[in-house]
Amino acid sequence: MGVKRPDRREFLRGGAALAGGLTVGAVEPAHGQAPEPERFIRGEADMIAYGERSPFVTSVRIPHPPGGRESPDAFGLVFHVAAPLQDSVGTITPSSLHFVGTTRGSLMPEIDPSEHRLMIHGLVDRPLVFTMEDLKRLPSVTRLHFIECAGNNARATHKTVQETHGMTSCAEWTGVLLSTLLEEAGVKDGASWVVAEGTENVKGASSFPLAKAMDDCIVAYGMNGEAVRPQNGFPLRLLIPGFEGIFNTKYLRRIKVVDRYYMNYNDYGHLRRDSVRAALGYQIGPKSVITFPSGGQKLSGRGFYEVSGLAWSGGGAITRVEVSTDAGRSWQEAEIQGTAHRMAHTRFRLAWNWDGQETQLMSRCTDEVGQMQPLPTQVAEHFNAAPDPSYRVPGLDNTIQPWRIASDGSVHNARA
Amino acid sequence: MHVLSNPRPRAAGSLVALLVLLGGSALAQGPTYGVGRTPTPEEIRAWDISVGPTGDELPPGSGTAAEGARIYRIRCAGCHGRNLEGGREPRRAPRLVKTEPGRDVDPWDAGRILPYRSPYATTVWDYINRGMPLYQEGTLTADQVYALTAFLLFRNDVIAEDLVIDAESLPQVEMPNRDGWAPLPDWKPGSPRLPGYPF
Repeated sequence: MGVKRPDRREFLRGGAALAGGLTVGAVEPAHGQAPEPERFIRGEADMIAYGERSPFVTSVRIPHPPGGRESPDAFGLVFHVAAPLQDSVGTITPSSLHFVGTTRGSLMPEIDPSEHRLMIHGLVDRPLVFTMEDLKRLPSVTRLHFIECAGNNARATHKTVQETHGMTSCAEWTGVLLSTLLEEAGVKDGASWVVAEGTENVKGASSFPLAKAMDDCIVAYGMNGEAVRPQNGFPLRLLIPGFEGIFNTKYLRRIKVVDRYYMNYNDYGHLRRDSVRAALGYQIGPKSVITFPSGGQKLSGRGFYEVSGLAWSGGGAITRVEVSTDAGRSWQEAEIQGTAHRMAHTRFRLAWNWDGQETQLMSRCTDEVGQMQPLPTQVAEHFNAAPDPSYRVPGLDNTIQPWRIASDGSVHNARA
Repeated sequence: MHVLSNPRPRAAGSLVALLVLLGGSALAQGPTYGVGRTPTPEEIRAWDISVGPTGDELPPGSGTAAEGARIYRIRCAGCHGRNLEGGREPRRAPRLVKTEPGRDVDPWDAGRILPYRSPYATTVWDYINRGMPLYQEGTLTADQVYALTAFLLFRNDVIAEDLVIDAESLPQVEMPNRDGWAPLPDWKPGSPRLPGYPF
């Protein structure tokens, strides 16, 4: 798409002549100006109407788990794909790079928003059906929230942060609070759970507590300033901030208020024998990871680097992030970027001078309810298991991610 | 650094208060915005495919394991295997029969088998009805779903071969894992993941 711009010198010559004809011929840079670009991107209608990123930026989503099924597969099905966190800056994941989880490999439903309806029924005084237009008339909220897949568990075989942590993403979501809709319908006495259902093949349905529904859940039609994208649930999806990814029902079409846990298929996926594992596979714990420098990247030499990463928790806002540049022997307070929002990715930074010696970088975070991100050995000790660094923690793994900086500057996953 | 708590919505309450102040007859429990329409009972029944443990939402119809076996061969065996053993690549359909025969096999030691491990037989019906067969969802009749449910429960030694499964009998099926699962924590705003767990 690059083209030589042919008219530049001609234009300058003409301009110089108009300016008084002091110099005829070549125009030399006067005050040490930067060299002019040699190539230019020719404007094309589509690109002007709807922007494109630079051809030099090539960051893409990859199958999760690493080496897993390609999306789309031969049948056009979409499976899990992970976000390229190694290239992320700030806190928002671009919609086009937001991770995608699908219940069992899905064709994306193509929904005409003018045909789409959301029904609220069950233990309510007034069952209601909303069009998308109806929903957009109602008071709205815009909030940053992460969504993290229950399968976002780092393994020693993973090489990059996209492989270890790429099944989390954070977007700015806009929509109506579910509590607004439930209040409009009037929740009856005796109601205790809510079932949400989507439109995709599996018609995914999850039960979640009424207390959560009335607290901070969003029926979202907007994502990062535009309509929610098809892979993320167009035209309507549910946000259940801080709960495992599968609860955040895409293509939302029905909300049923009920008086018990409904044991839908998605709920069956959360079925556990013991209450500890059940609880730890439900609300997401405090978690952070350094995205720069991270696995697969390379430091060009000793000297200054800003260590940067993301922290989040299903328990609320991140209140503290610490970074260790000496393999966990000492910890320094990292700077938290701006306002730490509840159940949202929070960017942290730490100034660091690398002395060229092999070391390990780690981060750990604390959230507003006082939960702290652990080492695997701390969790093992809590449950009276052998303090083995390769201990697999119960539930979604939120343990500290170590990156080893080799003396040649290459960065490697140091997870046992 | 600031920690921002999402403000709780106040608009609804204050609007109601305003309406009351204006002398309207709005009840505090009434709708605030009057947006959205009321669905008919038939519409709700047609949309409502959530079948809970009590089975209240189950439609009329019935089926037996023998009928289910025939339907299974035609509609399910291609992916789940002739003997319910599960599928191979590229269609990794789950195994549907427990790994050990007998009535007293621990549901947690016999594979992750929905028609054996699920605490409620209604979950089996609900899932077949909403999600099966893959990419042909919604093409089974209620009788066929009852029959397939009966077949899977029979093949997992949960029910007798001749039991007729319908809206009345299905919720009464006692699953082996009825009380063998952990309930989720009682969630409240500000809850940690697990009380007493610092991480």
